[in-house]
Amino acid sequence: MFYRESGDFKSSYAADQQTFPIKFDRIAIYAFVAFLFLVVPFFINDYWEKSIILPVLVWSLAALGLNILTGYCGQVSLGTGGFMAVGAYASYKLTTSFPEMNMFLVIIMSGGITALVGIVFGLPSLRIKGFYLAVATLAAQFFLVWLFNKVPWFYNYSASGMITVPERTVFGVAVTGSNAPPWATYLFCLIFVVVFALIARNLTRGRLGRSWMAIRDMDIAAEIIGVAPLSAKLSAFAISSFYIGLSGALFFSIYLGAAEPTEAFGIDKSFLVLFMIIIGGLGSIFGSFIGAAFMFLLPVLFKNIMVGGFGWPTDMVQHLIFMLVGGLIMFFLIVEPHGLAQLWRVTKEKLRLWPFPH
Amino acid sequence: MKLKTLSAAAIAATMALGSGAVSADLTFPSLSYRTGPYAPNGIPFADGYADYFTLLNERDGGIGGAKINFIECETGYNTEKGVECYESTKGEGSLVYQPLSTGITYQLIPKATADGIPVHSMGYGRTSAANGKIFSHIFNYPGTYWDAASIIVKHILDQEGGDASDKTIALVYHNSAYGKEPIRTLEELSKKHGFKLTLLAVDHPGQEQKSQWLQIRRERPDYVLMWGWGVMNQVAIQEAANIRYPMDKFIGVWWSSSENDVIPAGDGANGYKAINFHGVGDGFAIYDDIKKYVVDAGKAAGDGTNLGTVLYNRGMYAAMLAAEAARTAQEIHGVADITPAQMRDGMEALKIDQARMAELGLANFGPDINVSCESHGGPGQAAIQQWDASAKKWTLITDFTGADRDVVDALIAEDSAAFAAENNITARSCS
Amino acid sequence: MSPMILNTIEVILNGLMAGVMYALVALGFVLIFKASGIFNYAQGVMALFAALTLVGFQTGQVPFSHLINVVFGTNYHHWSSGINSFLAILLTMLVMVGLAWLVERVVLRHLVNQEQIILFMATIGLAFFMEGLGDLMWGANIKVLDVGLPSGGSFWWEDVTREWASEGSEYYGMYIDVLDVWAAGIAIVLVIALTIFSQYTKTGRALRAVADDHQAALTVGISLRTIWVVVWSIAGFVALVAGIMWGSKSGIQFSLSLIALKALPVLILGGFTSIPGAIIGGLIIGVGEKLFEFGIGPLIGGATENWFAYVLALIFLMFRPQGLFGDKIIERV
Repeated sequence: MFYRESGDFKSSYAADQQTFPIKFDRIAIYAFVAFLFLVVPFFINDYWEKSIILPVLVWSLAALGLNILTGYCGQVSLGTGGFMAVGAYASYKLTTSFPEMNMFLVIIMSGGITALVGIVFGLPSLRIKGFYLAVATLAAQFFLVWLFNKVPWFYNYSASGMITVPERTVFGVAVTGSNAPPWATYLFCLIFVVVFALIARNLTRGRLGRSWMAIRDMDIAAEIIGVAPLSAKLSAFAISSFYIGLSGALFFSIYLGAAEPTEAFGIDKSFLVLFMIIIGGLGSIFGSFIGAAFMFLLPVLFKNIMVGGFGWPTDMVQHLIFMLVGGLIMFFLIVEPHGLAQLWRVTKEKLRLWPFPH
Repeated sequence: MKLKTLSAAAIAATMALGSGAVSADLTFPSLSYRTGPYAPNGIPFADGYADYFTLLNERDGGIGGAKINFIECETGYNTEKGVECYESTKGEGSLVYQPLSTGITYQLIPKATADGIPVHSMGYGRTSAANGKIFSHIFNYPGTYWDAASIIVKHILDQEGGDASDKTIALVYHNSAYGKEPIRTLEELSKKHGFKLTLLAVDHPGQEQKSQWLQIRRERPDYVLMWGWGVMNQVAIQEAANIRYPMDKFIGVWWSSSENDVIPAGDGANGYKAINFHGVGDGFAIYDDIKKYVVDAGKAAGDGTNLGTVLYNRGMYAAMLAAEAARTAQEIHGVADITPAQMRDGMEALKIDQARMAELGLANFGPDINVSCESHGGPGQAAIQQWDASAKKWTLITDFTGADRDVVDALIAEDSAAFAAENNITARSCS
Repeated sequence: MSPMILNTIEVILNGLMAGVMYALVALGFVLIFKASGIFNYAQGVMALFAALTLVGFQTGQVPFSHLINVVFGTNYHHWSSGINSFLAILLTMLVMVGLAWLVERVVLRHLVNQEQIILFMATIGLAFFMEGLGDLMWGANIKVLDVGLPSGGSFWWEDVTREWASEGSEYYGMYIDVLDVWAAGIAIVLVIALTIFSQYTKTGRALRAVADDHQAALTVGISLRTIWVVVWSIAGFVALVAGIMWGSKSGIQFSLSLIALKALPVLILGGFTSIPGAIIGGLIIGVGEKLFEFGIGPLIGGATENWFAYVLALIFLMFRPQGLFGDKIIERV
């Protein structure tokens, strides 16, 4: 009953474009963000940091990035893993070459470098469309990983080609390396995720976002009404790669701390992020988060229940998890092909009308 | 809402996980990979590792009177899952980790050191961790990849009558951190002995290696070494057999040395050699006990068919070394219920001679183990084994021999110094 | 001829053979895409699943033995010492038809008229499911597949080609794997059979009608559902053939499902909707990547094949955005 506005009172564009038009939502989300910033840091421990929260934050950021490109601009990309590698290697080179550089700056610059690389690999999108483009972005994926694996300069000539992040501090607190306290790495990632989710939201409802959506819905029509495909597509590639580069940099320097390109940034990562946005909902900021949480947490949850709870053999559980996750993906697509975010939207619609649906 | 129920369930699940530990037990986690692309290799190792601890529990009631609490966690050879496994099991007093993948090992080197839990990356992981002065909590006895490269070259020198200066050696390697490990050592050795070295990278997964083997066929190197993993091993051995490369000049590292790797190639694999740091086959007294207390009692981790295979033996050997280190720790500190820190001391003081091995039912199973504060790499000894396709059996054809310490130790010192400088670690004194 | 030229010919020849192997995988994708517009990510896993099932029947394994043994505390592993290869292939085909029927019944039926990317995602779910199912049914061990196909370098060809080398030069003869020749033969037979099937049988014609226009096919009374079952069964059969060919080299194991990645560049190069495109695309990719690795690979450190295949496909796409033989993309506003 309290979950609604009581009519359409919007009298300005600004009100119409509000992110959370319903007061209840607004309060809930502010409370949630406050909870994340003010409460969680005091309770977080190593397990929650390393195995649950950090990966979800990092994957959310990657999913946001891909959602900008695929969900908003309609360009399917399977190069996410490769772009994450660019971000990771950029942050590695920056931290080791300029030890004094601030970590915030390092991460943002890594994103910037990835954006440049993204523009280069986005060029074919001007000519190639749909699945052909998806597979073409795989060229970026394989080439970038091969490059980082092959050229010793990228991994500072170490014997095995593994990169390991050195310890760096922000305001005197370590955020990278093994001595970083869980709350510090958590807050560091959270700041990036919250700030850039806000930016993404504002980008997508602005002029740029609308031009992307016009291209997505029909690029020829968009071109006729005056949207320049060149700038729209390339800006989508650049901004998407920027986000993915950020997430790659955080993935390597904050979350894992060590990585090798073939394993950490392989093709499976590209697919994983694509699954996240499709399951979460294409063209939805909220969907990026929920998709990332769904794809990452579900296996962990099943594992904890089946191995920890029931004590079944680990290998059998793993096989069952594969079947369950696969089954659930199909199930959700059948129930709601537009992702979990759409399911949420439908629920909200129902809630607005409740308890008088007719 | 969904997210909240999800996380609530996750909290419940993790709580259930956390409360299971009993404090009087010795906890040994096993980060196994029984699924995914490398599962065929992961299964026998995990079985051997589990069965040995089961044997100790069933036969001796644990180690030094303390029961063993064995936890298995599936990593699928995936680094992130490995980290999750580490974080979820370390709270239970885990004594030592066998990360079983190069990626996970590199993750755990700083983490476990900070948490004070020892890591035993047996014959894999970061080679320079053999320098105990820099890597206080990482152990990689009984041998490293660089030892392996050196011992293989030594074997080649033996075959060639001590002079390989006009020979060509090709290295076919998995194009990853693991596969690249031996390159620097082989380059040093090639300078020293004058042989020519050709490098052939194979990308993951390695199902298609025609280019590499055509090149080998054209250039006819005198020896081919292989640092392969997973499906790459089977395909490489098959392709070598196809081009009729003399198999006794084809030598694999110890992760290309299992029955799984050679059986798919059938008779073509006959004569293939590989290096190994422990005994092969099931002709050891301990197998009587394993059959009696574990397999026949229905407590085996697997279906009992892989007893005596190379990787099963390796898993069992790893468990034996861990158990002996725990025993040593109990002796040093005089308590049965040891902590990870005490376990570390035990690993550092680990000494196993042939008499002790015979007592354990593993006579001549491996070289004498001798770990010290300076050297966490143990004896650095290994032997060459050869495959007999008609009998479907490996046999050791050399004794356990040591590596060229001049070359290997210098490289270890150099690489560990680089690591220390990068991470601001000061070498501890070992007196 | 100088050994250099002969070596180049050898590389091209082996590239062609590798291309046939890629094309075998790509063929399954094309069949399904043509008939239903679904980009079937699960094709690689289907090859793995088919091969696992084949070996399971051949060696007489009890399916789900691990699960059964854990639940009931029993110790079953084999129900017989194995059956004849031919019979095993037939049984495996039955399983694949059953699978096709199930996929249509449980998944596709509910996703009619969805966007391509949603259908693609559904097949990813299917791939996950089958990965788990295959391992749970037959175990994750490596299995040796032997259906009696010969393998190894051909002596005859080596002897013949050795004569070609110019006098006095050091040349060992040309290498060709007998298994690859078999694979090429089987691929040719497969394509001819598919062509005959689609040209001269009723179902085949219906299949082409559906590929041309779903709506029109429906209006003349063709059951879309039956056609989908048929197409997925055929794709299952192609997957089985690909699984046998690739599995003979490496043993049957999880990595077999990764062969799908080798087929993707072939697909974009040849076009998603053309069977000849899959074959010719495969050959171009095979030869291209082998030649690049042979000629330029050593200069830049080798292991270039994975990405070069995609770059090659990308270059072709720049000129023909719908692939070499793909349907022309006509856009209307």
